[in-house]
Amino acid sequence: MELYKKPAYLLSEMIKKKECSAVEITQSFFNRIGNIDEKIGAYITLNNEGALKAAKVVDEKIAKGEAVSPIAGVPIGIKDNISTKGLLTTCASKMLYNYVPPFNATVMEKLISNDSVILGKLNMDEFAMGSSTESSYFKLTRNPHNLDKVPGGSSGGSAASVAAGECAFALGTDTGGSIRMPAAYCGVVGLKPTYGTVSRYGVVAFASSFDQVGPIARNVKDIALLYNAICGYDKLEATSVKKSYPDFTKGISGNVKGLRIGIPAEYFGKGVDSEVKEKVLSMVKELEKQGAKVIEINLPSTEYALSAYYIISSAEASSNLARFDGVRYGYRAKEYDNLIDMYEKTRDEGFGDEVKRRIMLGTFVLSSGYFDAYYKKAKVVAQNITKEFNHAFEECDVIATPTTPVTAFNIGENINDPVKMCAGDICTVPINIAGLPAISVPCGTICKMPVGIQFIANKFNENILLNTARAVELINGEAEVCEISGQEGK
Amino acid sequence: MSSKVSNNDYEIVVGLEVHAELNTVTKAYCSCKNSFGLEVNSQICPICTALPGALPTLNEKVVEYAIKMGHALNCKINNVTKQDRKNYFYPDLPKAYQISQFDIPLCEHGYLDVLLDDGEEKRIGVTRIHIEEDAGKLLHDEAFSGSLVDFNRSSVPLIEIVSEPDIRSSKEAKAYLETIKSILKYLNISDAKMQEGSIRCDVNVSVRKKRQKEFGTRCEMKNVNSFSAAMRAIDYEANRQIEVIENGGVINQETRRWDDVKGISIAMRSKEDAQDYRYFPEPDLGTIVVDKTFIQKLKDEIPELPHIKQKRYIKELGIPQVDAALLVENLDKSRLFDECMDIGGCSAKNVSNWILGDVSKVMNDLNKSIYDTNVTAEKLVEIITLIEKGEISTSAGKTVFEEILSSDKAVSQIVDEKGLKQISDSGVIEQIVKDVLSENEKSINDYKNGKTNALGFLVGQCMKRSKGKANPALAKELILKYIEQ
Repeated sequence: MELYKKPAYLLSEMIKKKECSAVEITQSFFNRIGNIDEKIGAYITLNNEGALKAAKVVDEKIAKGEAVSPIAGVPIGIKDNISTKGLLTTCASKMLYNYVPPFNATVMEKLISNDSVILGKLNMDEFAMGSSTESSYFKLTRNPHNLDKVPGGSSGGSAASVAAGECAFALGTDTGGSIRMPAAYCGVVGLKPTYGTVSRYGVVAFASSFDQVGPIARNVKDIALLYNAICGYDKLEATSVKKSYPDFTKGISGNVKGLRIGIPAEYFGKGVDSEVKEKVLSMVKELEKQGAKVIEINLPSTEYALSAYYIISSAEASSNLARFDGVRYGYRAKEYDNLIDMYEKTRDEGFGDEVKRRIMLGTFVLSSGYFDAYYKKAKVVAQNITKEFNHAFEECDVIATPTTPVTAFNIGENINDPVKMCAGDICTVPINIAGLPAISVPCGTICKMPVGIQFIANKFNENILLNTARAVELINGEAEVCEISGQEGK
Repeated sequence: MSSKVSNNDYEIVVGLEVHAELNTVTKAYCSCKNSFGLEVNSQICPICTALPGALPTLNEKVVEYAIKMGHALNCKINNVTKQDRKNYFYPDLPKAYQISQFDIPLCEHGYLDVLLDDGEEKRIGVTRIHIEEDAGKLLHDEAFSGSLVDFNRSSVPLIEIVSEPDIRSSKEAKAYLETIKSILKYLNISDAKMQEGSIRCDVNVSVRKKRQKEFGTRCEMKNVNSFSAAMRAIDYEANRQIEVIENGGVINQETRRWDDVKGISIAMRSKEDAQDYRYFPEPDLGTIVVDKTFIQKLKDEIPELPHIKQKRYIKELGIPQVDAALLVENLDKSRLFDECMDIGGCSAKNVSNWILGDVSKVMNDLNKSIYDTNVTAEKLVEIITLIEKGEISTSAGKTVFEEILSSDKAVSQIVDEKGLKQISDSGVIEQIVKDVLSENEKSINDYKNGKTNALGFLVGQCMKRSKGKANPALAKELILKYIEQ
């Protein structure tokens, strides 16, 4: 089997046992990227030189018999809204088409100190706003399972590259489902950690209250390996939680005996495809057979979650994205008459439609006279949603839902219907509102397109999520690298 | 125009917003140095230049300093508070929002008792004190086209002190501002240097007919760069408003720019054009929770503040208001004064005169603190006491003072070595007086004929004969006794 097809945990072992070198592995991935990325469109920027250099360092350490991190030498892809020192960080926007950060995000510092091999920067919806990766300024990313379908978003490049074997695993960010949804669409595993566990420092902000970095991989063990490396308190981030974390690779046997699984009716209602529903519920049945206990629960505020999410996230985005003014970095309009004109033209030309839509919405809901009616009310809804989850976790250990109401849709299908596009986030946004951890893991296919089951746990219970997801994986098998149709001809 | 200000029909109503930069070691939200006058853009980082992804973390000293000011201005301290974003675009504001506080300021509902020139005390309400960050600085120069930005000042901590509209004249405004400034210095939380922009103020002015209960429409003036400019701006603006009203016009609520060179204010924007700052809670920073015992500890640490001190000097020690003001204006002088008073044994007035006279002169001449010399309160008190007891003359006291600046000798030792002890033994002086009188018949006659100058000459002769050691008051007394016999 070619190296790029192997899961990260195997590559890690092979490097340590000197069965292959980190350089060989890295080259295998770059070959794979070279062969198929023209079709997939996952990468915006490649880091050939840096990656090979890092791989060499790992091989030297192994040769000298030095101990290395479990993820040392395992090639990773990084979503392009995470600051990488010396490497373009565009947020898939014209606004930052030329921006090279002079500093690393904290997660990057952590990866580098673990001798991670950074393959490059992955495509996404512009500024992480979107559910299909179609709002990228640079390119389309296609779903490796069907090149006519979207990979989901906003971490579409991350999920597609993992599914297609263009990296062993990847970092994504999740503000309202941006890790879990593309993971579901691309048939891979995606973890959105508890708010405050992975540093946001250096991650270009979309909605500060909800943004969280997390791992995307083809199996649960790889997720645990990567999550181990990136979680932890960061003094550079005021919302980072001061706490120590266990080794997440431990205790993921997949044993669900006695596990209490809550099924919220609100997540299986109108708008959720009946086949998706069936796939998710039959997986829950399988888990029940293995000793899990299924409990019906209610989360009545769910119907207000999307509205609250779009108000709060857009409000924060309108402020977070105000710094892109053409004064200090990034794109600046070529011709302008004065300062105001420079601002207006720069922002008009530099931002795409979806970003502008959200900035306008956010500016509106924060405006004097509207603040109480929208922002304040949305905050009340957010509190109610959080309370209802807290209440639910008195009865159950995890909550199971579909990750998305439907499977991946066709490219271009929803691009002119923002409301329909947003409706796809219905199962994922409440989790960000409540700051909870959730994981999406494949639970079958419909017409060859993957379906994801989402598990939600109480704060800091990522280990329960990983174990539950592992149980699903034991039933379905770990995801394998997608064969790309027509790739042999290349 | 100035005659109109005293127009008895109108009352001026002023509210002030004072911005003071705090002198913390590092900036409010990053670890860059908070320092004035360093090379342009040398104290910057991804956070204070708002690179994508950079996040703020609050410097706790900012909260501590602001609470101290809150205590000094008798405020209620909100131990649970938050920060908010104030959104607007300007090239000196890299995030395009300023981190400030909106609906829950750290300190509120305070007051300040200000001593006015006429000796009256006036209580001015303090609405709130909140923490926020400064912006960068735009540089305009003919040497380059366009404008450049210096971000050294970006994210430097500020407190904004908002007064109630309790101020009724430009003089009251000045007294308020000067008191605020000296409190900032006493607390050592701000350099409070107007010329470096570390203290700035916006002035709100309205006028109303006397005995009218409602306030008039106010105008806010920006760009007021000194306390005297604040006085001029208030007087000008009040006159302008009275004139408008007297001519049958109405005042529009607006923001005006004060041009101190021309001595006029110019309309900038009306209320309708006022910016909507779209305040909302800063999601990158958590709730600020300050331990109540820590708040109390800060309160206990507040030193005697200058306006309180001044009042004490006047009321309890009988120091004239002007002198009391001069003493408290300078931390070293008031400290030295207080130390002398603690030792005691000499009159407050004499100590005050010494500190405002010789001590001040030396501090000015040497351009250093009196505490950087060998002078101590003990030695100063000793000198003053010797003078008061008549054991040395005032001029001998000055000689001793000059000596102790650089020497660590005891005062008594200097007096002895230099032979400065005054002769107050009436027997010894009597002999000198007798000798002088026997040699100056003419002067005696002159005095008797009404030439009072002659008395001074005779005293002088006694001093000369005693080599300056005779107690002049005693000598004078004895001369008169003999002449009039």
